[in-house]
Amino acid sequence: MADLRTNFAGIRSPNPFWLASAPPTDKEYNVVRAFEAGWGGVVWKTLGEDPPIVNVSSRYGAVGWGGQRIAGFNNIELITDRPLQVNLDEIRRVKRNWPDRAVVVSIMVPCTEDAWKKILPQVEDTGCDGIELNFGCPHGMSERNMGAAVGQVPEYVQMVAAWCKHYSKLPVIVKLTPNITDILKPARAALAGGADAVSLINTVMSITAVNLDLMAPEPTVDGQGSHGGYCGPAVKPIALRMVGDIARDPEMHNLPISGIGGVSTWRDAAEFIALGAGNVQVCTAAMHRGFRIVEDMIDGLSNWMDSKGYAAIADFQGRAVKNYVHWGDLNLNFKTIAQIDQDKCIKCGLCHIACEDTSHQSIAALRVDGKRRYEVIEEECVGCNLCAHVCPVENCITMVPQPATKPKLVWANHPNNPSYVPEAAE
Amino acid sequence: MTDIAAGRLPPDLLAANFSDAHPPLNPHEAVVEASRCYFCYDAPCMEACPTGIDIPGFIKKIGTGNLRGSALKILEQNIFGGSCARVCPTEILCEGACVRMAEEERPVRIGALQRRATDWLMDNDPTPFHRAPATGKRVAVVGGGPAGIACAHRLALKGHDVTVFEARPKSGGLNEYGIAAYKLPDDFAQRELDFILSVGGITIENGQALGRDLDIHTLQRAFDAVFLGIGLSGVRALALEGETLAGVRNAVDFIAELRQTGDKGTLPVGRRVVVIGGGNTAIDAATQARRLGAEDVTIVYRRGASEMSATGDEQDWAQTNGVRIRHWATPHRLLGSAGHVTGVEFMRTKADATGRAMPTGETFTLDADMVLKAVGQVFVADPLHSNGGLALGVEDGRIAVDAERRTSLPKVFAGGDCVAGADLTVSAVQDGKLAAEAIHRQLMG
Ligand SMILES: Cc1cc2nc3c(=O)[nH]c(=O)nc-3n(C[C@H](O)[C@H](O)[C@H](O)COP(=O)(O)OP(=O)(O)OC[C@H]3O[C@@H](n4cnc5c(N)ncnc54)[C@H](O)[C@@H]3O)c2cc1C
Ligand SMILES: Cc1cc2nc3c(=O)[nH]c(=O)nc-3n(C[C@H](O)[C@H](O)[C@H](O)COP(=O)(O)O)c2cc1C
Ligand code: SF4
Repeated sequence: MADLRTNFAGIRSPNPFWLASAPPTDKEYNVVRAFEAGWGGVVWKTLGEDPPIVNVSSRYGAVGWGGQRIAGFNNIELITDRPLQVNLDEIRRVKRNWPDRAVVVSIMVPCTEDAWKKILPQVEDTGCDGIELNFGCPHGMSERNMGAAVGQVPEYVQMVAAWCKHYSKLPVIVKLTPNITDILKPARAALAGGADAVSLINTVMSITAVNLDLMAPEPTVDGQGSHGGYCGPAVKPIALRMVGDIARDPEMHNLPISGIGGVSTWRDAAEFIALGAGNVQVCTAAMHRGFRIVEDMIDGLSNWMDSKGYAAIADFQGRAVKNYVHWGDLNLNFKTIAQIDQDKCIKCGLCHIACEDTSHQSIAALRVDGKRRYEVIEEECVGCNLCAHVCPVENCITMVPQPATKPKLVWANHPNNPSYVPEAAE
Repeated sequence: MTDIAAGRLPPDLLAANFSDAHPPLNPHEAVVEASRCYFCYDAPCMEACPTGIDIPGFIKKIGTGNLRGSALKILEQNIFGGSCARVCPTEILCEGACVRMAEEERPVRIGALQRRATDWLMDNDPTPFHRAPATGKRVAVVGGGPAGIACAHRLALKGHDVTVFEARPKSGGLNEYGIAAYKLPDDFAQRELDFILSVGGITIENGQALGRDLDIHTLQRAFDAVFLGIGLSGVRALALEGETLAGVRNAVDFIAELRQTGDKGTLPVGRRVVVIGGGNTAIDAATQARRLGAEDVTIVYRRGASEMSATGDEQDWAQTNGVRIRHWATPHRLLGSAGHVTGVEFMRTKADATGRAMPTGETFTLDADMVLKAVGQVFVADPLHSNGGLALGVEDGRIAVDAERRTSLPKVFAGGDCVAGADLTVSAVQDGKLAAEAIHRQLMG
């Protein structure tokens, strides 16, 4: 049995699965149910100043795909809509009753030192394990100069992080917004401000759909819509990239990263951790199917780690980081070619039409004795993987790496590179 | 004592037994099922559909919510898309060829999806057809079954005027008189016919029989072209002693009566029924007899299960309905008492070297109150006689046609069950469509 315990920026939890700050962590009732189900920790739904904000009715939009629900999810909710003291009392009780679980409190107050100075001791007094600064909420709060409005300005990120370090002894996690061109800027700013960790991503600014009857963006509120924050499986690739960028940045000095965005299974979690995250946070997957999903996350991760011989999370954490390189470091002499397993082929023709219409005309559509047969034209195949992706049959089309015939060649040394200067011949 | 009686089952059970055997997909189920379609290139299912419907194309449209476009894509190739969705033996046609069969033996439910789209159109846009400008040409269609009506519709679309001469009081052919009741419940045959005829330009004259009220040469002279879709009007006899006993009936007549009777509780059916034959007619007669309340129904076929022309799915269906199927036996004698059938004596058979059934001499008897004969429908050429002789070429017992469904007589075309090929609704529709295209080319050429 693999050891799933983690120590994230000094915060211990029995497993790396935390619930992200969102409706699943809105109040004691939910959080207790989550802990009963086995979640390792929670980041409490973001607290703010009183009086609490007011939410609209009709809050979520979703993108389905081929009859499957919630490939992507979007919300126009704000931070907690409950009075501060109610939340603080509940947090205190939960932490007291669940000492082995991580209880982190998310906070968003106006960008003034006084506001932070006032709330931080109140939060610390609950006995919680750490705080997360919500600099990510892309709607509603940014219009009040909070959330993403702060997260998009690296100087503010640094300043607020520094206040928090100053007025609190708790570990400070800065939650980053993806609604920015270069994620390293706010990440480095958080580090400079003294943050103990970053977490990312918060939601991506989005409109899930346009209701063509109401002629308004969804979700609609009395016939109108607003942009919201996108999350769920669809944003995982965006989140992985940003996590990877921070993990490999030497200036970040291995600052702990909590990976968030589309984590739905143990495999998603393993990918984030392999790319440098110290743990993961989950929102949409729990909102889709309930807290019980954590059972397979724990079990699946543990079985996978056993099968790979990883005894602890640290054994594989960050293992993929060194292989996440810039394009210019890739080997231009590497070649891979598609191979079709004729016994598995069901003759759907999708590889052919995809390659024929949109790639390199490298899959021949033949009829042999009247039967369909699709064959790779190896000389034409550039190894783009398109056919392997469109093939509906698992392992029917595989990409076969060709034996290396030449040494590794990167773009900097390629003759086609205008700035390449060949070494003078003797 | 022979036991033939009506009302063997309570009315609610009878109603359930003759309602939709395979209820439609609901909108969500349809979208999920549509998403199982891989949208194959050069799709094998399309090749397996006798009418060549663009199956991946119409399924994709269901997925995007474009039901109107989906249905029109179906009807473009097969105007009887609605009934075909219900009656086609898809397991040997489109669904049998679905690549998912190779993958997981669970094809995309093409028939059910086709029904989803066509039902939607009939409910939401009952008059979707637009005719080309009138050409002034007139075509006679003989027979108002799927072949004739498909031909008439395509011709009407192209601007020609069509008169359909139909011998029976109702049109629709076997959709109205032959197909099992639970495949086309709720008067679907007539509703679909009305939908198809909404195109305009088609006049149907019921009660007009070729050979009796009409003559082929007269039609040939009076119209610019003629299409014959007269189906198979004869049935093969057993040619056995006792065939005229009361209680011995042709399966097709039993089914036709059942189809035309609204209150199934008034239909007499035997307590013990023996059905002789191995095709879909035998399956349908036996299953419907069971569903009317017959206690004991046995199909007897002279060869094995794999030689039956009824598909495996049809055989399973009959068995699921409590019909027993006995193989390798051929009727030898019909037994009777007081003018009424009481049983059938069968002789066991076995395959000879070429696979034909040879009698073994060994016999057994099945008691029966009713015997339904389903040993084949045959083409009857009599209506094609004119001026004292056969007006056009007949080959192997069906009207001879070329690839364009042209007969040996100029301007006269034929299709459906009365020509060679699979005796299926969908094949009849394809014949009618091909003939209409050929007629159109000839008229406009
Ligand atoms: C019991 C039974 C069950 C079947 N079940 C299925 C099934 O589940 N699925 C399937 O695909 N196929 C099934 N079939 C076959 C299918 O019904 C036929 O292949 C199809 O109806 C053929 O169409 P058609 O237009 O050629 O002939 P028909 O449907 O037979 O239509 C011919 C029409 O011509 C009329 N007619 C005949 N002679 C004359 C004349 N002299 N003058 C004027 N009009 C005339 C007839 O009254 C009839 O209306 C079944 C057949 C039977 C008998
Ligand atoms: C309805 C909803 C409300 C959210 N509210 C907050 C919030 O109050 N504070 C915060 O930091 N993030 C909030 N988030 C963002 C999530 O914590 C998380 O970063 C995001 O959903 C990505 O993770 P996922 O793909 O697992 O859902 C919210 C998300 C959703 C769906
Ligand atoms: S689940 Fe539906 S009904 Fe209930 S609060 Fe949410 S939106 Fe409203």
